[in-house]
Amino acid sequence: MKYKTRLSIDVLFKYIFKITGLLVLALLGAILAMLIYNSAAFFLDVRPTDFITGLEWNPTGADPKYGVLPLVISTTLVTLGAMIIAIPLGIGTAAFIAEYAGPRLKNILKPTIEMLAAIPSVVIGFLGIVVVGPGIANMADLANGLNALNGAILLAIMALPTIITVAEDAIHAVPKTYKEASYGVGATKWQTLRKIIIPAAAPGIIAAVMLGVGRAIGETMTVLMATGNASLLPTGMFASVKTMTATIAIEMGEVPYQTTHYYALYAIAAVLFIMTLAANMLGEYFINRFRKYHAA
Amino acid sequence: MQLKNKLTSIIEWGTLLLSTLLVCFFLIVILYEIFSKGSAVLSWDFVSSLPTEGMTKGGILTPIVGTVLLTLLTALFSIPFGVCCAVYLQEYAEHNWLTRLIRASIRNLSGVPSIIYGLFGLALFVQGLHLGTSLLAAGLTLGLLSLPYIITTTEEALLRIPNSMREAALAVGATKFETIKDIVLPSSMSGILTGVVLTLSRAAGETAPILFTGAAFYINQTSLSVNQEFMALPYHLYMLSTQHQSIDEVRPIAYGTALVLIIVVFLLNLTAFYIRYKYRQNEK
Repeated sequence: MKYKTRLSIDVLFKYIFKITGLLVLALLGAILAMLIYNSAAFFLDVRPTDFITGLEWNPTGADPKYGVLPLVISTTLVTLGAMIIAIPLGIGTAAFIAEYAGPRLKNILKPTIEMLAAIPSVVIGFLGIVVVGPGIANMADLANGLNALNGAILLAIMALPTIITVAEDAIHAVPKTYKEASYGVGATKWQTLRKIIIPAAAPGIIAAVMLGVGRAIGETMTVLMATGNASLLPTGMFASVKTMTATIAIEMGEVPYQTTHYYALYAIAAVLFIMTLAANMLGEYFINRFRKYHAA
Repeated sequence: MQLKNKLTSIIEWGTLLLSTLLVCFFLIVILYEIFSKGSAVLSWDFVSSLPTEGMTKGGILTPIVGTVLLTLLTALFSIPFGVCCAVYLQEYAEHNWLTRLIRASIRNLSGVPSIIYGLFGLALFVQGLHLGTSLLAAGLTLGLLSLPYIITTTEEALLRIPNSMREAALAVGATKFETIKDIVLPSSMSGILTGVVLTLSRAAGETAPILFTGAAFYINQTSLSVNQEFMALPYHLYMLSTQHQSIDEVRPIAYGTALVLIIVVFLLNLTAFYIRYKYRQNEK
């Protein structure tokens, strides 16, 4: 091939590669534009204050109500429950893998956690219906176990791999000298873990938790299948709840195109987007802080 | 005192061990439940015949074909696009605001909930581009969802290629594109493939993004057209376990579907681990 053709191919591909980079930027822009455009159409019909502070979600009633609060509270309740289960378990497991497990045990535990992460959410939701739900119903003497607790247990299982992996990295990255100094002054392994390693790894562990929260808030299939989907203000962990993701998933299939109800679902998606974005950005902030702190 | 110290350290160790065991226990329960009850219906007949009698009988060939085609389409849309973008970021991009902006959007995209990708696919492909609810629209949607993961893993693979290899190619007169095409991409191929296969295994199990973009409750043929709706394993499992009129009657089929889905996902994961393992061997 002539040198000139080779050079023009080189330049051509330079631009092709650059365009794909710009397209990624455009993709995020387009998702944002979609959320903003359709939410704006919704807020032309419904006052933003009614949406944000409304205590009732009933878009198909004679007098439609578009209060998003029950859905936000449901999502928060299920996520909170999931974190109460997943945070101690996740940090405990991460500490065990990083500090106590030998190399051979590590080689078993790490793939186990990756396997847990690989299980599709719809399968976890299915188990919520056939195993966890009936279990809860039995223990608490309820008609069925499709409630916030069921969703919380399942979401905890799904958030665990993220929390464990990121927290383990953080614990592992704590400089050895910290540990040695602690042992040097006579501290036990546990004291070193609690007073030295965990605090030193704290930003990384917080990041792990925030990424887990982001996953739990945005998860759809599991909560859709396992939490009962009653769009009332939840009264506790045994109440049937309808999260934001589940509301979109259920109602988008039935709603007529370009009605207020249709746009309302995009408005929920916008709120959901903001909540997951906040959780993920917090997570990233703490990861960066951890890296900077230990790079110094 | 000695004894007391020993006792507390055992309790401390035990607490951490217990949490680890509990996490493993979750996986064991999941696998045991699905494998024990799913294997009862799993047979060659089950995976090779069409659903019949309102899905209370027959097999799951249609959802299997749908999932395979959907995953192939996802690969077709996300791999070239994702690899090119990673090449741009790793080989061409300067350290400036634009690069930082692109990287920030990739990180944000990987955190966007899958249901929002579903809405985006509905608005852009189904309604905007008039593709209708179809295999094509769903494949494009899943392709976009997979994009950030493919970019990130490809970038990591490119990063592992030593600069000396690029410099050697450039020194003998190759253009930058030739260096990338003949040296950089081939030597990072196994790393890229590992990431691609892991991403596709995730895409194969996704349900939320295909809810409104093309998955159908029931289709009475193994349709091969991209303009039509399709059945998919995850969606089939969702429908059988929540939306079917006789939920208890179809439960065995739901277990069988869950088992096949898990096997598909694990096989893809195993492939990725095998590639990674071979790659590490060659590196030594």
